Amino acid sequence: MILMQGKGVSKGVAHGPIYFFRRAEAVSARAQNADPETEKQRIAAAQEQAIAQLEQLAEKAREEAGDEAAVLFETHAMFVEDEDYVDCMMTALDERHCSAEEAVELAGKEFAAMLAAMDDAYMQARAADIQDVTRRIVNNLMGVAEGGIESDVPVILAADDLAPSETLQLDKSKILGFITQGGSGNSHTAILARTMGIPAICGLGESLSAEMNGRDAYIDGDTGQVAIEPDEITLGAFQAKFETQREMKELMEAMKGQKDVTLDGRDMMLYCNIGSPEDVAAVQANDGQGIGLFRSEFLYLAASDYPSEEEQFRAYKAVASAMGGKRVVIRTLDIGADKQVDYFKLQKEENPALGVRAIRICLNRPEVFRTQLRALYRASAYGKVAIMFPMITSVWEVKECKRACQKVMAELDKEGVPYRRDTEIGVMIETPASIFVAEELAREVDFFSVGTNDLTQYTLACDRQANDLGKFFDPHHPAVLRALKMAADAAHKAGIWIGICGELGADLEMLETFLAIGIDELSVAPTAVLPLRAKIRKSIAKTCTLERLES
Amino acid sequence: MKQFTYTITDPLGIHARPAGLLAKVAKGFGDTVVTVTKDGTTVKASQLMKLMGLGVKQGNVVTVAAEGPAEEEAIAAVEEFFRTNL
Repeated sequence: MILMQGKGVSKGVAHGPIYFFRRAEAVSARAQNADPETEKQRIAAAQEQAIAQLEQLAEKAREEAGDEAAVLFETHAMFVEDEDYVDCMMTALDERHCSAEEAVELAGKEFAAMLAAMDDAYMQARAADIQDVTRRIVNNLMGVAEGGIESDVPVILAADDLAPSETLQLDKSKILGFITQGGSGNSHTAILARTMGIPAICGLGESLSAEMNGRDAYIDGDTGQVAIEPDEITLGAFQAKFETQREMKELMEAMKGQKDVTLDGRDMMLYCNIGSPEDVAAVQANDGQGIGLFRSEFLYLAASDYPSEEEQFRAYKAVASAMGGKRVVIRTLDIGADKQVDYFKLQKEENPALGVRAIRICLNRPEVFRTQLRALYRASAYGKVAIMFPMITSVWEVKECKRACQKVMAELDKEGVPYRRDTEIGVMIETPASIFVAEELAREVDFFSVGTNDLTQYTLACDRQANDLGKFFDPHHPAVLRALKMAADAAHKAGIWIGICGELGADLEMLETFLAIGIDELSVAPTAVLPLRAKIRKSIAKTCTLERLES
Repeated sequence: MKQFTYTITDPLGIHARPAGLLAKVAKGFGDTVVTVTKDGTTVKASQLMKLMGLGVKQGNVVTVAAEGPAEEEAIAAVEEFFRTNL
């Protein structure tokens, strides 16, 4: 038995084999003087595998979304066999005696460059398809599975740490839990794990190594413990917890369909945070009453170029219509700081958290902003969409955002495209500046939503990405809670609602404080809805106190 | 050799989807080779990436030719394809 101690950042117990996440980005095998014939055979095998994979994907797409959806994968399969593309690989092998991986990459680069150089935005975008196909063949050559997980059974995913774009590509049905060497409670892996309702343990450091790949492990996200091949006593303890976890789940089932109201009749809007349209299933499964934060970044992070209006419209519309008449708050792009996207070509910054990010990018690049706003307004015709702007520090920013909205509405009017004129507009309260000018902000918008992670980071001057700020990064700090109270008072004075969409919203210990402050909405990971509902239904709002605001 | 000229009406031109489908159609006639020519540049219809690389847009005129044992059937099938899809 090997015992490791890390920091539990998402609760629960899981049991399964450890799978070490591998990256395929760099071609490691730069063989010199490789034998062209051997390498040609390797390429042929990798191509065959790629075609089989693509045919399977096409089949799946056809079942789920019809013929149109399948064509993309069928076209990719044809790319794999394209004679010029393949010729290019073969020539590289014969002339340069390089490895198969390198030859495929060379061919991919050449053809992607050919399309990228064309005087046609559509064809330029197809360069990404060639890159996709090329990556698939290279992954096959290197034995790296798609989505990073090559296993028939669900696994405990181990990694140094995962980037936001990597977590997006993972096949989530195969993950039982996460264990990482680095990371913190606010890293994207941790947030993803909490969204999925599976355990995660970070900060295991060097004790977690790639040699543990494939070994049987129990992990406990409550205590941060990892046990590999546990002895009988440890096993017993883990299994007992497993059982309690199951019972708890049954208890929670009973909360479905119940109202979010305290014993003395105070209503709470209990909403969910989601990161992509597929998360709506989890919202519905956990009976979330709306979506308080739909992060639009997935559209930008998963792409190799700016997502088009159509693409965005489809994603927003899918969520708006799936949620029926329930409110869906969509946050405009929040790129920058810890979420970097190459094609935005943002300058390297010394302090990205204080740099050109989120709304600042939008106001600097009106075209990017306009595309997203058009997609959002078009989607508003299909449900109850609300638009939320992140990283606001000044009233003029909100006024400028509203002018951009007005312009987009005027365009849609002219084109005769349907949208909802009464679409709510809100701002995120996540900077100390927004607290100080909250009264003025409240007069401009329909709602506030507090991003507690950033509010804590900026109020306490603590980098949320840093590993070792632990006790200093304290979202329960009276300064943060008083800020929350100031924002709530400003909101209510102006007659608008205020919610919390940060991680703190799901903190059961804080519920009474939130009720005392007068928070109207809590937007949390889907899995946090039912436990929170159980607690709300046992609370008495009138008797809740503000004692946590005293230091 | 059989050939016809055609003016593209699809707003996106010969984009990935029809190019892929065309390559599939054109490959169905054994040794008969189907080519597409635009502004003096000729590629085989089966060369998917090169075909996309021609950058054929709405309003462009292309010459499509078929040569080989099954050129009659090939040209008829390909012409039908252009009329329906492009």
